[in-house]
Amino acid sequence: MKIIVCVKQVPDTSGKVAVNPDGTLNRASMAAITNPDDLNAVEAALVLKEQTGAEVIVVSMGPPPAEGMLREVMARGVDRAILVSAREFGGSDTYATSQILAAAIDKIGVEKDDIVMCGRQAIDGDTAQVGPQIAEKLGLPQVSYAAEITKEGDTITVKRMLEDGYMTIKVKTPCLITCIKELNTPRYMSVGGIYECYSKPYEIFDYNTLKDHPFIDKDTIGLSGSPTNILTSFTPPQKGAGMMLEGADKATCDKLAGILAAKHMI
Amino acid sequence: MDFHLTKEQEMVRKMYREFAETEVKPLAEEIDEEERFPMETVEKMAKLGMMGIYFPKEYGGAGGDVLSYAMCVEELAKVCGTTAVIVSAHTSLCCAPIFEHGTEEQKKKYLPDLLSGKKIGAFGLTEPNAGTDASGQQTTAVLEGDHYVLNGSKCFITNGTVAETFVVFAMTDKKLGNHGISAFIVEKSFPGFYVGKHEKKMGIRGSSTCDLIFEDCIVPKENLLGQEGKGFKIAMMTLDGGRIGIAAQALGLGEGAINEAIKYTQERVQFKRRLSQFQNTQFQLADMHTRMQAAQYLVYAAAMKKQNHENYSMDAAMAKLFAAESASDVTRRAVQLFGGYGYTREYPVERMMRDAKITEIYEGTSEVQRMVISSHLGVK
Repeated sequence: MKIIVCVKQVPDTSGKVAVNPDGTLNRASMAAITNPDDLNAVEAALVLKEQTGAEVIVVSMGPPPAEGMLREVMARGVDRAILVSAREFGGSDTYATSQILAAAIDKIGVEKDDIVMCGRQAIDGDTAQVGPQIAEKLGLPQVSYAAEITKEGDTITVKRMLEDGYMTIKVKTPCLITCIKELNTPRYMSVGGIYECYSKPYEIFDYNTLKDHPFIDKDTIGLSGSPTNILTSFTPPQKGAGMMLEGADKATCDKLAGILAAKHMI
Repeated sequence: MDFHLTKEQEMVRKMYREFAETEVKPLAEEIDEEERFPMETVEKMAKLGMMGIYFPKEYGGAGGDVLSYAMCVEELAKVCGTTAVIVSAHTSLCCAPIFEHGTEEQKKKYLPDLLSGKKIGAFGLTEPNAGTDASGQQTTAVLEGDHYVLNGSKCFITNGTVAETFVVFAMTDKKLGNHGISAFIVEKSFPGFYVGKHEKKMGIRGSSTCDLIFEDCIVPKENLLGQEGKGFKIAMMTLDGGRIGIAAQALGLGEGAINEAIKYTQERVQFKRRLSQFQNTQFQLADMHTRMQAAQYLVYAAAMKKQNHENYSMDAAMAKLFAAESASDVTRRAVQLFGGYGYTREYPVERMMRDAKITEIYEGTSEVQRMVISSHLGVK
C-alpha cells in the first residue's frame, strides 16, 4: 500500500505579502514554507502508515530549492520524495499543474490499495482546485475537506467539514482525499528523522521523465499552456470596525433600522 | 574553526526553535512559579529524539552530533532554563558516561531506555562535604561477593526525584584518595536506595534537585562503571562534557533575555520616545549581543572538538566560564532595561536572571573553570 501526498512550497503569507508589478507574488522576498494544509495531509498519511505499514511518498512541483522542503517532510517520517521540476513546467496554473502532477503520480503508479492525499488549498493561490483536478485526471473518486479519516480494509470513511455542517462519506481505495487543518496537528521533525532525511530516496522528475505521458501536452503546460491570466491583484482595503448593537428588544431593532435607513440601505 | 552549519544542523535548530516556542515557552512561567517538573514536555522531547541526540541509533539514540545537542539546550534555554537543564543533565551526566565508559552489556541494558527518554538519568557526585573538592567523597562501596554495598548520601542531584538511572560515585578504597573512587550505575529500584528532600531553589525551579541516600544499597558487581578506582577520572571526563551543556544553557538564557529586551524596548515609551531610540539602550544591547555571540563561538567550538574526538577539556571550561558569566551579566542588564516591570514576574527576564546564576555554580563553579584553564596553560 502506498500513500502519495502532494505538497507545495509557498511563501509565508502570515507576515507581509509582497506583490510584483505584474500582480504575481514576489516569492523571493518572502520566507518559503511548506503549505500548512499539505502538512495536515502528510500527518494523516503518517498516521495511516503507523496503522498499516504503508509507504508514504511526497510529490511536489516547483523549482530545485524545493528540495529543502521535501527533506524536511522526510524528516517527519515520509519514506521518499519526488520533485517535479522543469523549465517547461514553470508558470503553470492549476489546470496545467494538475495535469503534470497527475502524470507524475501515474508514473509512480496508483494501485488498488493506494491513496492520494492533498492539502485543501495552498495559501498563495487559495484556489483549492489542484487536488480535485488531479482526481479527475486520474479517474479517482475524490473526497474533499477531510476533517477525520478512518480506514478499514479497502474502505475509507471520511468526515467532511463543510461551512454548514459535516458529511460522512465512505469511499473505496484507490481514491484522493483533500485535507483541512481540523484533521490533525502535524508532528515536528524528529532529530533522528533529520539525520536520516538526506539518505532517503529523492528523485527529480524533469520534462524528459514525463514528456511521453499522455497527460503531458506541450500546449497545455507551463505559462503558455495555462488558461488562467491574472488581470490584476491587489490587497483589499481593510474593513472598518463593525458596530455592535446589543439586545433583542424593539428599541434596539428600531435603532438598527434607523442606522440602515440613514445609510440608504433600507 | 569552521562554524558553517551542516544542512542537518540548520534543520534541527529550526525544529528545536519551533518546539521551544510552541511547547516549552508557554509552560516556562508556570513551572517556575509552581516548582513543577514538566514531565509532559519530557515525554514530547523523548518522541522527537531530544533525550538521546548525539548517540548512535544502535543504542536507541537519534544519530545526531554534539553541536546539535548543544543547540538543543541553547534553544530550550532561550525560553526556559529549567527544560534546558533537564536535557543537559540527562544527556551529559548520565547517558554520556555510560556510553563512553560502559561495557557492551551495560550499554545494551541501559542506553535504549535512557536515549529514547523512557527513563530519565541523573548523576550523583556532589556530597555535603564534597562539592568543588569532589575528591572528598564519603560515600563508600564495599564489595561483598557478587555485589557492592553502598552507604552515604549525595546532594543537589539534578533530575534526582524523577530519574530512574543514576551514575553514582563512591569510595571503594579510602586509602587511595582520588584513585580509590569508583563509578556505579544505580537503578532507583535497588534495595537501600532512597530519594531525599527536594531543594527549594532561587532559579531553574521546575528542575528537580534533591538528595540521594544509600543505606546498605545493593548494587550488582556488573554495575561497576569502568574499572574500580577510575571513578574520579570518569567524573572529571563526564563534567568536561557536561560543561558544554551548561555553557549552552547559559548561552540560551542570555540570548533569550536579549530577545525579550529588544521586543520590550521597541514598545515601551518614555519621554515620548521608544526606549530603543535611546543610545543607552542601543549600546547596552550591542554589548549584550556581542558577549553572547562570543560565548556562542566558544560553546560551538567546544562542541565541535568533542565531536571530532579532540581534547576539548579547556575549551569546555572556557565556554562554560564565559557563557555563564556573560549570561549573568546580560540577564541582569535585561532586567535593568525593563526597569520596574523587569523586576516583576509579569515578564520573563527576572526568571532568566535567576536561572542564569546557577550556570556560574553547577558542574564546576567559575572558579573551578579558571583552575582547569590555568592548569591547561601550565600555570602552577
